[in-house]
Amino acid sequence: MLLLVAVSIDSIVSNPRFEWDVVGDYLFDDRILDGLVLTLELTVAAMAAGIVLGVLLAVMRLSPNPLVAGASGFYIWLFRGTPVLVQLLFWNFIAALYPEISIGVPFGGPEFFSIQANSAITPFVAALLGLGLNEGAYMAEIVRAGILSVDEGQHQAAHSLGMSRLQTMRRIVLPQAMRVIIPPTGNETISMLKTTSLVSVIATAELLYAAQLIYAENYRTIPLLIVASIWYLALTTVLTIGQYYLERHFGRGSARELPLTPWQRFTRIVVPRHAEPATEPEASGR
Amino acid sequence: MTEPMVRAEQVHKRFGRLAVLKGVSLTVMPGEVTCVIGPSGSGKSTFLRCVNHLEKIDAGRLSVDGQLVGYRQEGDKLYELREREVARNRAEIGMVFQHFNLFGHMTALQNVCAAPVQVLGIARQEAREHGIELLRRVGLEDKRDAYPSQLSGGQQQRVAIARALAMRPKLMLFDEPTSALDPELVGDVLAVMRGLAESGMTMIVVTHEMGFAREVADTVVFMDGGVIVEAGTPSELLANPREARTRDFLGKVL
Ligand SMILES: Nc1ncnc2c1ncn2[C@@H]1O[C@H](COP(=O)(O)OP(=O)(O)OP(=O)(O)O)[C@@H](O)[C@H]1O
Ligand SMILES: [Mg+2]
Repeated sequence: MLLLVAVSIDSIVSNPRFEWDVVGDYLFDDRILDGLVLTLELTVAAMAAGIVLGVLLAVMRLSPNPLVAGASGFYIWLFRGTPVLVQLLFWNFIAALYPEISIGVPFGGPEFFSIQANSAITPFVAALLGLGLNEGAYMAEIVRAGILSVDEGQHQAAHSLGMSRLQTMRRIVLPQAMRVIIPPTGNETISMLKTTSLVSVIATAELLYAAQLIYAENYRTIPLLIVASIWYLALTTVLTIGQYYLERHFGRGSARELPLTPWQRFTRIVVPRHAEPATEPEASGR
Repeated sequence: MTEPMVRAEQVHKRFGRLAVLKGVSLTVMPGEVTCVIGPSGSGKSTFLRCVNHLEKIDAGRLSVDGQLVGYRQEGDKLYELREREVARNRAEIGMVFQHFNLFGHMTALQNVCAAPVQVLGIARQEAREHGIELLRRVGLEDKRDAYPSQLSGGQQQRVAIARALAMRPKLMLFDEPTSALDPELVGDVLAVMRGLAESGMTMIVVTHEMGFAREVADTVVFMDGGVIVEAGTPSELLANPREARTRDFLGKVL
């Protein structure tokens, strides 16, 4: 087993076609770094939009008003039922559908605000709309599962203290639902990080598209794909660590004592916390 | 003549086709302790939940402190209250549950302070001081920073009582507050409730603790099949029940 690992590492390192020197050259190339920043921006913005939308849709879905619950159900059905790639292309071409976007009173009322769709829906905006609106549908289901995981007694206790439905949601239920919501949300974030690469189809220069642009010029395809992969892996690692600490934060109150972080465990082993008690009587006489 | 704190007249409640309350009439005067006993499924919890506006009644009249529950009367017309108004009425009634229902993500003190700050708009510092005083009253001053998962059932229930008292309620409802507790923890909770009764709090207590009912209650009510079968002072009802059904039930639990 170990041998197999060693052999494959050796083949990866020594195979000249991987061109590790080229990987090194481009790892910190400006265009790659710009793409990286855009990937990060898209991930953060789309997830933020997705989470806000998701909470809203989940609360709506659980509303006693059938109209409100139905609207949320329809949204989730629509956006989960179509590929995100199609949605991205759709938003990109929305200008063809609605050349002018205006905000005003419908049916011939006064117009407050009007703008050419082509200038409003830049590729970045189209990417954000496509990714964020789609993510909202998935987050809604995650948040809903979290809300349902909180005991009905918590709602009753909050109501009996005079809290409104919204106060109960915000102060009592959602904070406790977090424990259930965060692990899949971490998953979604990591998945979003990689899904942003789909945006390359609408010519937005995120990480993958930046790499593609470079290898279109110099034909160093494999090393540039490796460059992109290294960055995706690095970001995923950072996200995983962040998720761990968030889970700890929201886990408070659910276990009797928080488990140690790996770092705390490490320092306990290396630096004992308490002064050692008087050592055993020396056995030097032997 | 003083107004009753709770006046129920022919209260009916059904869930779908299941009639749970079939004409409950009960009057509780201010400062009185009323214990409700009865077999499982007889509608005791449902009645308490109606008094606390957690369920809408289908027929009859139910008023707390002179105010109709869930409705506003203008002339001889009834208007359904909006959520905000219902919440305001609920805030004046404390409720203690069988399974405590403490907020799991908050410490004991935070549990006690949450509603006064968020619902009544009391300043944080003031709520905190009142909260500490209430925790002292239920004997848990030293547990203020403990989370519910770090407390025994009896301690959790005492925090839950302090949490309800923090709203300065005019009426306290207890739904089998000791049924989920180990026998050796029941005493502490009952002691707190007894102290509360002595301080003049109006209380309705659903319980199977006949000792508590005998010593503390002004009135004991026996409920079965969605109606009040018999009511009286503890000595009348517990020692000399008139109805056969009451005698039957007491024979089983005593
Ligand atoms: N929300 C609800 N929906 C449908 N049926 C309900 C609901 N709440 C209570 N019931 C039914 O109403 C009946 C009375 O319930 P309730 O909880 O009031 O009884 P109880 O006297 O408190 O019994 P226990 O001693 O077991 O707590 C039961 O048959 C129960 O199944
Ligand atoms: Mg009950």
